[in-house]
Amino acid sequence: MLKINNLHAGIEGNEILKGINLEVKAGEVHAIMGPNGSGKSTLAAVIAGKEEYEVSEGSVVLEGENLEDASPEERAHKGIFLSFQYPVEIPGVSVTNFMKTAINETRKAKGLEDMPANEMLKMIREKSELLDIDRKFLSRSLNEGFSGGEKKRNEIFQLAMLEPKLAILDETDSGLDIDALRIVANGVNKLKSKDNAVIVITHYQRLLDYIIPDFVHVLHEGKIVKSGTKELAHELEDKGYDWIKQETAV
Amino acid sequence: MDLKDKLISSFMAFENKVDVEHPVHDIRSEAIKNFEEKGFPSKKEEAWKYTSLRSLQKVDFSIFPKESNTLEYKEIKKYFLHEIDTYKIVFVDGIYSSFLSETTHDGVDICLMSAALTKPMYKQVIDMYFNKVASKEESLTTLNTAFSREGAFIYIPKNKMPRKPVEILHFSTGNEASIMLQPRNLIVAEENAELQVIERHQSLTSNEVLTNCVTEIFAAERAIVDYYKIQNDAKTASLIDNTYIDQKSNSVVKVHTFSFGGKLTRNNLNFYQNGEYIDSTMKGVTILGYKQHVDHHTLVHHIEPNCESHQDYKGIYGENSTGVFNGKIIVDKIAQKTNAFQQNNNILISDKATINTKPQLEIFADDVKCSHGCTIGQLDEEALFYLQSRGIPKKEARALLMYAFANNVLESVRITELKTRINKLIAEKLGVRLGFDL
Ligand SMILES: Nc1ncnc2c1ncn2[C@@H]1O[C@H](COP(=O)(O)OP(=O)(O)OP(=O)(O)O)[C@@H](O)[C@H]1O
Ligand SMILES: [Mg+2]
Repeated sequence: MLKINNLHAGIEGNEILKGINLEVKAGEVHAIMGPNGSGKSTLAAVIAGKEEYEVSEGSVVLEGENLEDASPEERAHKGIFLSFQYPVEIPGVSVTNFMKTAINETRKAKGLEDMPANEMLKMIREKSELLDIDRKFLSRSLNEGFSGGEKKRNEIFQLAMLEPKLAILDETDSGLDIDALRIVANGVNKLKSKDNAVIVITHYQRLLDYIIPDFVHVLHEGKIVKSGTKELAHELEDKGYDWIKQETAV
Repeated sequence: MDLKDKLISSFMAFENKVDVEHPVHDIRSEAIKNFEEKGFPSKKEEAWKYTSLRSLQKVDFSIFPKESNTLEYKEIKKYFLHEIDTYKIVFVDGIYSSFLSETTHDGVDICLMSAALTKPMYKQVIDMYFNKVASKEESLTTLNTAFSREGAFIYIPKNKMPRKPVEILHFSTGNEASIMLQPRNLIVAEENAELQVIERHQSLTSNEVLTNCVTEIFAAERAIVDYYKIQNDAKTASLIDNTYIDQKSNSVVKVHTFSFGGKLTRNNLNFYQNGEYIDSTMKGVTILGYKQHVDHHTLVHHIEPNCESHQDYKGIYGENSTGVFNGKIIVDKIAQKTNAFQQNNNILISDKATINTKPQLEIFADDVKCSHGCTIGQLDEEALFYLQSRGIPKKEARALLMYAFANNVLESVRITELKTRINKLIAEKLGVRLGFDL
């Protein structure tokens, strides 16, 4: 589904990603771990098409199509979804209206009519129940004054509404309490199928107990320095990153 | 002949139309003297630095329209808040249209200035309030005072509240090549009275219109007045609005100004707090394009202790449009415990658009809370990316963000249907296809 080849990207001449190679197949879950500042969010943003970052080398290919010239919205239309590490507050636009706009714009891009209002309402009801979100919440301004955990849960609600092919969850677990973590992870698992894929960026093993990864990668200084299976996450939890840093230095 | 000379010579013709024996005529005579002395303000004056009236003065405006032009309601229905029932005071080319209006004398007076200025039953109110808060110095206000004859007259006695909001509408038909209008409104809410007013000036053609409007509002103890100005006029219509508000203790007056259109608009909005525990609120949304120009000059004079004022103006300027915000706050020495807030935030969406924004604080008391802030910015890139990453195209995402930026000023609009209208207008002005109904 997604193929990243020798990806180099940075900002204002500062290289952050220094040659990333990664392949994610349909039906797979990949976890990306790594120390602070190693480039995890940057990788996520580059996949989602953030224009601020310059790609100097390499490519991001989704289902055989090079995304080089695709805008963030086009990537969204093709089925990429990024759950933000820091969701942005948008006062004046309610969660519901935001979702309606997002869904109808995506449909428009695909040459479809607006989703009928009753269908939209039904979908909103189902997905908010799936994530145990209070309906009152949906009429509030998007992310404005939401608690850290509420923001994250709202990101997954959007994911559920948009049903992407490739979901990238950037530290969705941080800020969630134990119950919320379980609800959110169950939500993600319910949406999981053999046709879509998930990239989970996290610092903690905890989330991976719920969303079980097929592969775990360690990002360090803009490179994937180690890949393995879910046992690697346990090892990192026990030992930290020092041993990997030393390994790579050698 | 330039406009000033034309106006002064027209005053004599005007005197043939009004009762010169009436005490109000002394006020008019004084006023025309002041205007004759001062003339139109020029850019040399600090208060008019960014707004030039020069080209308007070269237009050969008709000062008195030929009598009675008629309009069909269905042609102009969209300019009314027809979703709800309202009282209506409607003028066509400066002349009252009884056909389009709905006035009342049922416990409250919602009627005409011309009646109030001539009928003995209103003499007491006129003596007490007419021209009492309007400036006797400011030249354009005195010009209006000199020609004051017609406009809206609203008198709400103690403890009363009209059953429905009042709409004041001024239409110009374009039957004259160019027309100058000078409506004069007097609005009095006595003790504990309550009132909602929506005011609109609308030109129906591309002929030139200049409106120099004066509104005096008196809010007695505990009175509540909500005033909404909808400025979405044709690109050949200019408006100089002079609003003067006198508030007594515990009164609450909110003025919302929505400036989306016109050629040149100047809003002089003046609040005088003559009492304690007064709340004065000014909110504005300005969205301009073309070569449109809007100049907001606000003044709050805190004269007594323990009062509040809130100002929140948002502006979005595109193409070659220009904006001005000048917010003056005066806190007198005895006006301790004053809370004065002022905020002016702007977004420029074109390289050629400009905004001049300036707070002007004159604080003589020491125990006051006063905050002011102005920003001129572009849209937040991270927010844009967030919306785009959800499939919303950049153009729509920008529009949605601007919509959100402007829209929160509307929280305090208390007429739901009006709020919806303004929301739609904002969306329309920004070309946003909202994926939802408002
Ligand atoms: N817009 C930007 N401008 C300047 N520097 C940036 C920008 N974005 C990322 N960086 C830098 O790139 C590096 C990688 O940042 P990134 O946010 O990708 O790290 P991360 O792995 O997600 O870290 P964390 O675990 O703390 O979330 C950091 O040194 C960061 O300061
Ligand atoms: Mg990060």
